[in-house]
Amino acid sequence: MEFLSHLWLGLQTAATLANLLYCFFGVFLGTAIGVLPGLGPTATIAMLLPVTFVLPPVSALIMLAGIYYGSQYGGSTTSILVNLPGEAASVVTTLDGYQMAKQGRAGAALAASAIGSFFAGTVSTFLIAGFGPPLAAVALKFGPAEFFSLMVLGLVASVVLAQGSLLHAIGMVVVGLLLGLIGTDVNSGTQRFTFGIYELADGIGFVTVAMGMFGLGEIIRNMENEAERSVMVAKITGLWPTREDFKRMVAPILRGTVIGSALGILPGSGSILGSFAAYSIEKKVSKNRGQFGKGAIEGVAAPESANNAGAQTSFIPLLTLGIPSNPVSALMVGAMIIHGIQPGPSVINEQPALFWGMIVSMWIGNLFLLVLNYPLIGMWVRMIMIPYQFLYPGILVFCAIGVFSLKNTEVDIYFMALFGVLGYVFSKLGCEPAPMLLAFILGPLMEEYLRRAMLLSRGDPTVFLRRPISATLLALAVLAMCTVLIPAFSKTREEAFVEGSG
Amino acid sequence: MKRNPKDFWTGLIYIGFGSAAIFIARDYGMGTAVKMGPAYFPTILGGLLVGIGVISAIRSFVIPGAPIGPFAFKGLTLVSVSVLLCGFIVRGAGLAVAIPLLVIVSALASSQFRWRPTLMMAAGLTIFCVLVFIKGLGIPLPIIGPWFGR
Repeated sequence: MEFLSHLWLGLQTAATLANLLYCFFGVFLGTAIGVLPGLGPTATIAMLLPVTFVLPPVSALIMLAGIYYGSQYGGSTTSILVNLPGEAASVVTTLDGYQMAKQGRAGAALAASAIGSFFAGTVSTFLIAGFGPPLAAVALKFGPAEFFSLMVLGLVASVVLAQGSLLHAIGMVVVGLLLGLIGTDVNSGTQRFTFGIYELADGIGFVTVAMGMFGLGEIIRNMENEAERSVMVAKITGLWPTREDFKRMVAPILRGTVIGSALGILPGSGSILGSFAAYSIEKKVSKNRGQFGKGAIEGVAAPESANNAGAQTSFIPLLTLGIPSNPVSALMVGAMIIHGIQPGPSVINEQPALFWGMIVSMWIGNLFLLVLNYPLIGMWVRMIMIPYQFLYPGILVFCAIGVFSLKNTEVDIYFMALFGVLGYVFSKLGCEPAPMLLAFILGPLMEEYLRRAMLLSRGDPTVFLRRPISATLLALAVLAMCTVLIPAFSKTREEAFVEGSG
Repeated sequence: MKRNPKDFWTGLIYIGFGSAAIFIARDYGMGTAVKMGPAYFPTILGGLLVGIGVISAIRSFVIPGAPIGPFAFKGLTLVSVSVLLCGFIVRGAGLAVAIPLLVIVSALASSQFRWRPTLMMAAGLTIFCVLVFIKGLGIPLPIIGPWFGR
């Protein structure tokens, strides 16, 4: 029973008092930022990274992961109660969740979301535990060519799943790769693109880029429609779902979990795509499809299960291959590197306590969330009422100090401001920052693998096609690209995002 | 006449970025495909980006698209200036000056701006940050900086 002994090791790591506290703190904070609109998990994790440097690596990662899936959860609370998705992944929850709340069934909607999330979280925890080791074993056989192709696949997937123009998303990836090359070239020691700025010798910190693009950029974006943020809180009544509700929840939760888990693994999407897909599928197969949009409990249960499942399975590529699949896991890669852990297939063997501890902590974190939801709901509601003009100056302060403390230089603050402006301009032009951040982190790695692969093949570029795994990965990338060009798919892709922004 | 301003401007930015990358990288040494020099990968990427930019720019004359929405110039300016200002003075003037300035200047961007709550928030955040970041986490920043003769 190797599986159980692994989980036991994880439990021993995750259930120490300190780690339980960090896990609790993470999900608590995550729920809070999920509740607060205009502050997403990417910016928060970027802000908190410097603080976690003083913690042991396991505790730091447990807390950061907690923030991520906690935020998925908090986002749904606001979707249901005030029709404001605190988080992109919970946009569809507003459709039926808020309707339920208006009919005085907020409690049932919150319960559906809580139970669905918990169930999905439990299943996906076991999925990671089950699929992690074999995947890592395969990845250990990877050479530089395979890793290069894998990264190409990851970037292509992030492009396919990005909102807006495909061409622009590809461009953003290239911009990200280029920005990632700033700094000292490891092979020759040449200072590239540093413009003689001494602080750039180590490159631009990914935290600086993430805080600028996601933190500052988002704040400036929110300035555009400030007046629209008036809040009407639905009264919370009917705390318990009826027997009928439970019956109607079961199938959507199961379907949502499956869909969310599968889509969560795909790079670039994390939890967002899963919740959209689960909702639209549920709308097609449900017996009560007539009630959708008017307060169907299925329309809450399915996407909520899916987004939580997706948030967790997105850790599979991160933990086993070292390839981040969304901005949040990209930040986790950075966190691991700073803690001296090279993310990749060897983590599972070299740091078993870290790997399994993190996985078990996710399940514990979900348990915390289930418990947090009911007693604290009044507090979350009060938090939603905080007007944005009192929120964003504080965010700016924490961003500025956080980014300074990384290398104790104010140059990073300047760069953060620059990336904030850049992020805003790009978003106005319909270019999403997520693929760029992913590429930014992968840039130096990709160059390194490309160099090694070409050195080993004596300059023969067909090596990427001659090695079977590498060729398969590239074929998948081409396939993914082609799906976008098929009119039917690109139409659904657009529709999903339109529903999302609406 | 350009029919898709988003495509057009994105294209221009990409062309600018890409050609800058190629131009700067020309000093770095190309190397060969077997032993790639520091300029190899950036030059490929730069070329790719210029290509994407050109396609996007050409496309902007053919396929129509939505206009670029209005820019939040006030927010853009005040938020970025407040952050730059904070970076510029934080070492010299200290955290107890830089944080209130950052809060006040950025808060001016809001249409709901009022002095009283802003000043209270500035004071609260300053005390919190001094306690947590300087006393607690030991970040090497002065509370009151050398510009004030200390």
